[in-house]
Amino acid sequence: MYKLSGVVKKYRKGGAVVTALQGVDLAIEDGEWLAIQGPTGHGKSTLLQIIGGLDRPTSGTVEFDGADLARMPERQVTKVRARSIGFIFQTFNLIPTLSAAENVEVALVPLKVDAADRKARAEQALADVGLGDRLRHLPSELSGGQQQRVATARALVKEPTVLLADEPTGNLDEGTRDEIIGLLEKLWHSRGLTMVLVTHDSIVASRAQRQGLLRDGRLAVTQAPLRPSPGQ
Amino acid sequence: MFFTYLRRELRRRVRQAVFIALGLALGIGLVITVVAASDGVNNSQSTVLHTLYGVGTDVTVTEPPAAGSSVGTTFGFTQEIKDIRTGAVAAGTKININNLATEQYGVLSSDVLAKMARQAGVSSAVGGLALTDLTVTGTVPQITVGQGLGSYKSSFTSNTFNVDGVDTANTALGPLSAGKITSGTTLTPADANGDDAVIDSGYAAQNKLSTGGTIDVGGTDFKIAGIVSVPQGGNPPDVYIPLAKAQSIAKNGSKSLVGEIDTVYVSAASAADIPSVQKELSALLPSATVTDSSDLASEVTGSLSSASSLANNLGRWLSVAVLVAAFLLASLLTMAAVARRVREFGTLKALGWPSRRIVGQVMGESIAIGIAGAVVGVGLGYAGAALIDKLAPKLSATVGSSNAPSVTGPGRALGSAGSSALKALTSTSHTVSVTLTAPVSVDLILAAVVLAIAGGLIAGMFGGWRAARLRPAAALARVE
Repeated sequence: MYKLSGVVKKYRKGGAVVTALQGVDLAIEDGEWLAIQGPTGHGKSTLLQIIGGLDRPTSGTVEFDGADLARMPERQVTKVRARSIGFIFQTFNLIPTLSAAENVEVALVPLKVDAADRKARAEQALADVGLGDRLRHLPSELSGGQQQRVATARALVKEPTVLLADEPTGNLDEGTRDEIIGLLEKLWHSRGLTMVLVTHDSIVASRAQRQGLLRDGRLAVTQAPLRPSPGQ
Repeated sequence: MFFTYLRRELRRRVRQAVFIALGLALGIGLVITVVAASDGVNNSQSTVLHTLYGVGTDVTVTEPPAAGSSVGTTFGFTQEIKDIRTGAVAAGTKININNLATEQYGVLSSDVLAKMARQAGVSSAVGGLALTDLTVTGTVPQITVGQGLGSYKSSFTSNTFNVDGVDTANTALGPLSAGKITSGTTLTPADANGDDAVIDSGYAAQNKLSTGGTIDVGGTDFKIAGIVSVPQGGNPPDVYIPLAKAQSIAKNGSKSLVGEIDTVYVSAASAADIPSVQKELSALLPSATVTDSSDLASEVTGSLSSASSLANNLGRWLSVAVLVAAFLLASLLTMAAVARRVREFGTLKALGWPSRRIVGQVMGESIAIGIAGAVVGVGLGYAGAALIDKLAPKLSATVGSSNAPSVTGPGRALGSAGSSALKALTSTSHTVSVTLTAPVSVDLILAAVVLAIAGGLIAGMFGGWRAARLRPAAALARVE
């Protein structure tokens, strides 16, 4: 699914150039779950954004299903994000004025799904994450765990092939963390997703098939899957 | 989703939305009020001009009095005054002399009128005579030889009124056109050579004249056929008589005025033709004064003129300034709102929302605020205009003055007296009182709504441009 070769990302910060990624090579197979760990500021989120087509590398290639996201026109990358990639963020990033169901519907807007279908799919996605009774609630009326469930439903409602999660349990207590990670694992299993998860938490990382460590912009990944893929 | 998101977002920042909408509303309201007041001033000016000029008259042509033709100092009573001075008329003799004469303008022959009527762009042209009837009565005092006229002028009383000779075949053009018959009938083609007169309502009331009565004009008794009222109490002639009759009884100095006119009222085929007609007539009669209503407008002074200047200069600039400030404020606040929603837009981009959809959302919100501003602004504008209507400020329009340097326009109201004797007897400065209104037209409302929405659109464009430029990764990295 993914093949990253020699990915370098440099930022200009103030007058200095900061190198966030220094020649990352990585291959991710279909249905694989990869957890990336590493200290803060060592490039984990940058790598996830490049994989998700939210940012472009300074050099190197990011092949996604055979197409290089690094060189793809922005309009096309946007379409890839809309159709194939679901994102989950540490801070949930729900739109505060929209209800849980409407927040989920938002992900279907770029796919031009008609309103009735959009509504039905959003409600189903929320039911799938155990929030079928919280459809009309605003984010402010939900707990952190519930908000992350809404964000998960939003990421998965369009039935993407890839789920990218940036510290999805970073803002949650232990109990809720286990609940969310259990949910993600279940969905990964049931939907055959390719999942890349960035985390500080070794317990969360240990649930993944493969683990990577990103330090000073260099990535080291366990070569053999630690756990079998859903299909295996 | 578009409208749900838009509605919720506006509700979330309702205070800011109200603030922007009120800013736009204030600008729009001010524009409506100022433009309505300005239109009202223009209407008032137009009313005043029509009063003086005649409805339907686009251009007037007059000839300045010929040089050296001053009949003014004695106003035609040359022999009589000479007789008094030389003592030929004995002290104690009762004097009652009357004169009907053209004083202000040089005469034009009727064939000039025919030529004017044939000019391209001229719809019709009629001639007229602007006359003054002067009657002096008194008793000749004891005179010391060498004594000036001024010292015994107090022994005489004078009575003047203005008389217009009108073309009865076409009263829709010329001095009678502005009036409304309140009693009796107007002059008709059948009255061309008759002794019928129409009296101005103000003059009739002042002198207790009514339809069916008679009035002495230039020594001829005229039957009062009708009373005419001129809008807004302008300064119309006191008496209208048929042109042919006026020509036969009036004098230009000692010369007969038969077949002569002194004013030509011209109607252009269309408003667009007025400048070319004015040019053609000037070429036809190089020495003539060819005037259109815009020339006349510049002769109007007084509070109407001040109001016009205020509305056209300060008012317009003030509303433009407020509108620009409102647009600027709306744009800055929208950009600030976008800056606060960077992460939200970054999330939408991550979810695959194209930039144009995000820009559309921002612009939609701004346009909705613009529409709200338009609605409130139209209300404010109406309220402003209604306040002006309610207060109904009286404006005075002063046209011409005894200090007027020259004959600058048609009608006696604009002319200088031309003679010091006449100046002493009549005032040439006329003040017309008009009530200011502020009419709000549908076009004005539409323009205001378009302006407000344009304000929203401009603000939305700035905000949208900022949102479109966001890189999703940078937007998501923004700490809120």
